[in-house]
Amino acid sequence: MNAPTSGVAAIEAVALTKVYGHCNTEVTALRGVDLHVARGEVVALLGPSGAGKSTLLTAVGLINPPTSGRIAIGGVPVLDGPHALVDLRAFRRQHLGFVFQKANLIPFLTALQNVQVALEINDVPAAAARARALELLDYLGVGPRAGNLPDALSGGEQQRVAIARALANRPGLLLADEPTAALDGPRGRQVMELFRKVAHEQGAGVLVVTHDHRALDVFDRSLAMEDGLIVAGTSASASA
Amino acid sequence: MNLAVHDIRHNFGRFALTAAGIGLLLMTVLGMSGIYRGLIADALVIVDHIGADLWVVQRDTRGPFAEVSRVPANLEDRLRAVPGVASARNFVSHTIQRERRGEALRIAVQGLAWPEDKGEWIRLVAGRSLAQAHFELIADRSLGLALGEVVPLGHDRYTVVGLTTGMVSSGGDGLAFFTVRDAQAVQFNVPGEAIRLERAARRARTETIDLGRVSPELLNRAAGASANLPALAPPVVSAVLVRVAPGADATAVAATISGWPDVSVHSAEDQRALLLRGMVDKARRQLGLFRVLLIVISTIIMALIIYTLTLDKVHDIALLKLMGARNGMIVGLIMQQALILGGLGYLIAYFLGGWLFPLFPRRVLVAPPDLLSLAAIVVGISVLSSLLGIWKALRVEPNKVLS
Repeated sequence: MNAPTSGVAAIEAVALTKVYGHCNTEVTALRGVDLHVARGEVVALLGPSGAGKSTLLTAVGLINPPTSGRIAIGGVPVLDGPHALVDLRAFRRQHLGFVFQKANLIPFLTALQNVQVALEINDVPAAAARARALELLDYLGVGPRAGNLPDALSGGEQQRVAIARALANRPGLLLADEPTAALDGPRGRQVMELFRKVAHEQGAGVLVVTHDHRALDVFDRSLAMEDGLIVAGTSASASA
Repeated sequence: MNLAVHDIRHNFGRFALTAAGIGLLLMTVLGMSGIYRGLIADALVIVDHIGADLWVVQRDTRGPFAEVSRVPANLEDRLRAVPGVASARNFVSHTIQRERRGEALRIAVQGLAWPEDKGEWIRLVAGRSLAQAHFELIADRSLGLALGEVVPLGHDRYTVVGLTTGMVSSGGDGLAFFTVRDAQAVQFNVPGEAIRLERAARRARTETIDLGRVSPELLNRAAGASANLPALAPPVVSAVLVRVAPGADATAVAATISGWPDVSVHSAEDQRALLLRGMVDKARRQLGLFRVLLIVISTIIMALIIYTLTLDKVHDIALLKLMGARNGMIVGLIMQQALILGGLGYLIAYFLGGWLFPLFPRRVLVAPPDLLSLAAIVVGISVLSSLLGIWKALRVEPNKVLS
C-alpha cells in the first residue's frame, strides 16, 4: 500500500456524489462535493440536519463509499466512486482516526486498554502500545484515569480517551462527528481546542462536523453544507 | 491483548452462569456414556472374573444370564470325565425380590460350587470368602446389607460374611454369592403346605398303579421327602462352568461337549458377546441416541448463547472494524469465547460428574476414552456454535458504530 506523503493534502475529494436508495426512494445526499483539507489544518463542517455532513464525513472516512467522485487521502488515491483502490480497512487502521458524538469506548476495556487496542490492531507490540497509550492519556489530561473502565469516567473524560484512541496511530487525518454534542460548553470548547492542538502539533488534518458555533474561532476554516453541497467557506481570519 | 478474556472478566457472573448451564448439559452427555459403560461392566462382572473357560448350559439356550437355563446338577460329573477338562463346577444364577425394612430388596443370587469355589476370586472390600457349606453369603454393598447381618431367606437364615462393591447384575441388582446348595434352597423354597399337598398327590398317584397297591412301603416313600426318592432328579443348576486343562484345546473340548444332545457350550468370549449383543444392546443404542440428541441440543444452545453474546458486542465489533481490526481478531474474539465457554463447561461437567455420579443408583463408569471423546466433542461444538456468531460479526458494517 502507498503511504501518504507529507506536504500534501490530508483530504482531496473531487466531485463526490452519494445516492441512497433507488427509483422512487432515491435520495441524493451529496451533489458533487469538492473538499480539500490540508495537513495541520483543522476544519469545521457546519450545516443543518440532512445537509450531508455525516455522509461526507463517512465517505472520506472510507466507511461509506460515494456513488461517484474520487477521494485521495495524504496523496494516496483510495476511492474512485464506490471502487476501493486500496484495502480500505488497512488504510483506516494506519492513517485515519475517528471521534464520534458518543465516545464509543469498549465497555470491558479500561481507558488505557481502549487506546492500547487501537495500537495493537495496527501490529504495535503490547509493551510499546501500552507506553504510547499512557503517553497519549497524559497528553490529553486523563493519565490518572488510565486504569478505569469507561463507566467510571465522566463524559468529558470518555471523550478525551476516545480522542487519545483516535490519535494512537498518529493518523494523517482525524475525523470527528459532533464530538462535543454530549458535553457542556466549557468541556466542548476544551475538546475543540484539543483538536486544534493535535492538528498543529502533530500535523494531522482534522475535519469536524459540528453544530456548536460557540467554538468556531478554534478552527482554521469553516465550511457550510446545505442540501448536499458545500455552499460557503470562511477562514479563521475572516470569521474573527 | 486478549479481548475475549477481558470481556469475560467484565461479564464474569453472566458468563459463569452460562458455563454452569453448558457444564450441566455436558455432564449429562458424559453421564450417558458412563451409564453405558457401567451397564457393560455390570453385565460382564461375573463372566470376566469367575474363571470359566466354557459355560455348559441347557441345549439351545443362551443361558444362564441372557435367558433361563436348567441343567442337571450331576452334569458336572459327566464333564469332569471329558478329556481336556481340568475342573467342572455347578453354577446357579437367579434373581429374587424380598422385603427388608419395608422396602423391596432385589438380590441377584449366584450359587458357587462348594467346596471348589469359595468365592476367592471375588474382590472383597470387607470380611472374608465363604468358609462353610451353608448359611453364609457374600453381598454387594449396593444391597445395603451389613457385615455380620443375618438375612432370613426361605426357611433359613444366612449371615453376611463378606462385602463387595460394584458387583451388580445387568439389571442393576446387587449380587449375593451363596453355595450352590443354598442358592437352590433359596430358589426352590416351597411353603410347608405346598410340600404336604405335593406329597399327598404323589401318594395318590402311586396308589393308582399296581406297584403302589402291592407295596405299602412304596406308598410311604412316595409320601416322604423328595430327597429320599431316587426316582426324582435332584434340583437343577443354571450352568456348569468348565476350566480347560493347561495345554488342552478349548475349542476341541467345546466341540466334544457340544456333541451331547442335552447341552450347549459357550466360551467365555461367546458369553460376553451374548451379554453385550443381547442384553445391553438396546440400552446401548438408546443411550447412544440420547447422547447424540444431547450433543445436538448442546450445540444449538451454545450457538444461541454465542450468538447472543455476539449481538451484545455488535457495536464494539463495528468500532473495531472502523478502527481497521482484521477479521481474524474479530473471529478470534468470538471463537475464543466459545472455546473458553466450552472448556469451562467441560471442567464443570468433569468435576460435578465426579461428585454426583457415585450417588447414582446404578454404576456410571467414566473412562478416559469417554473424557477424551467428550473433549473433542466440546471443541467441535464450540467451533460449530461460534460460526453463527462469527457469521453475524463479519456482516456488521463499521458505520454501525454511528447508529
